[in-house]
Amino acid sequence: MLTVIDYKAGNLTSVVKALHFLGTEVFVTSQAEAMERATSMVLPGVGHFAATARLEQGGLAEAIRRAIARGVPFLGICVGMQWLYAGSTEAPGHPGLGYFQQTVSRFPANGQKVPHVGWNQLNELAATPLLKGVASGDFAYFTHSWRAPVGTETIVTTEYMGPFAAACQRERVCGVQFHPEKSGATGLQILRNFLEFSAC
Amino acid sequence: MLTRRVIACLDVRNGRVVKGVQFVNLIDAGDPAELAHRHAEDGADEIVLLDITATHEGRATLLETVRRAAQQLFIPFTVGGGIRTLEDAAAVFDAGADKVSLNSAALQNPELITMIGAEYGAQAVVVAIDARRNVGAADPVRDARVFTHGGRRDAGRTVIEWARDAEQHGAGEILLTSMDADGTRAGFDCELTAAVSRAVQIPVIASGGAGSVQHFAEVFTAGCADAALAASIFHFGVSSARVLKEQLAAQKIPVRIPC
Repeated sequence: MLTVIDYKAGNLTSVVKALHFLGTEVFVTSQAEAMERATSMVLPGVGHFAATARLEQGGLAEAIRRAIARGVPFLGICVGMQWLYAGSTEAPGHPGLGYFQQTVSRFPANGQKVPHVGWNQLNELAATPLLKGVASGDFAYFTHSWRAPVGTETIVTTEYMGPFAAACQRERVCGVQFHPEKSGATGLQILRNFLEFSAC
Repeated sequence: MLTRRVIACLDVRNGRVVKGVQFVNLIDAGDPAELAHRHAEDGADEIVLLDITATHEGRATLLETVRRAAQQLFIPFTVGGGIRTLEDAAAVFDAGADKVSLNSAALQNPELITMIGAEYGAQAVVVAIDARRNVGAADPVRDARVFTHGGRRDAGRTVIEWARDAEQHGAGEILLTSMDADGTRAGFDCELTAAVSRAVQIPVIASGGAGSVQHFAEVFTAGCADAALAASIFHFGVSSARVLKEQLAAQKIPVRIPC
């Protein structure tokens, strides 16, 4: 079953609601053992990168790593995406999963507002099933102050004081910096795509 | 490009949307869930629901309203009115809100901002400030004062100082309502909005005074607003947020279109 990982950081209601709306049964858990039965995993996240330290407690991070190694599809949202990287300058003492090698860093302080809050455009879309039906220039809702750099795993970029990784993917491991559950039709399409490719 | 947000606000009392009686009534009192959904369909970038009942008995009604409104709403959804404790906020989040808007409770206890932010993230805490220019002061804008109780009571602080303090306490956004402009349909207080927007790093949502497309254009340029809110965008001759944004786009203001 689709498993939403609850690590007691922020509000899962909106993500779960959007998945229900798409007709999916959702299992919400904070138990590492549950990852053994997960057919796909969603890691939401708002707030501080340091909260991901809770994934290390109780063995969740290790269980997620093993599930990923078995080929279980994974979608990280916002801080959930950032956690896929080596770490974040927001919490230098807490490593991320390290699935992607780069480090998440803060937007520069150069006059524009930080956090980056609002609807911004998705650019440079890679050809991947996760983005089926999404067009370059479509909008998504962002709210964050830290972001991942553009790299080989980047499948969408967004422009705010330079391009950053709005979404990333390698094999069946994906992350989105924006909130698909709050990004109208575009966001729902991306969640639907994730459910579809999780099913195959 | 990051766009300027057009936010539809629903004033809710006893589970029904209400609006100022001085306006032409294209939409009358309605069902909040239905209207929230319609605004989203019509291109609003975000929905704010302000409960003006906020009595103890009204809380259960509000939560049910929020639950129904949030059910099929896939854009950001803020709920305010009568949120005084972390438990109040938690109930509203559980019902489906993405952000809470705090007003007098935050003034009385700024730690409430920090506490809710620690649980739900700073992005989930909007601090609403009701402001009036200080007409007697040398600089009525810089010295604009914070008011409570629907603009009747001076809270004894300047707007800019409180906005900065709220930011320090971890507010994610400021919802700035000009009590001078509110209800006039004569335009937002662009000078005040710009002064607050420049004083903080977090987004500032302008509120109060919307009467035309041009007013939105002004508050997004001269007013440096990151977002602007209207109690009803139907009240002044545009049929929807989409039409409003199309007209703003024609003036080179970045907005989410198509939406």
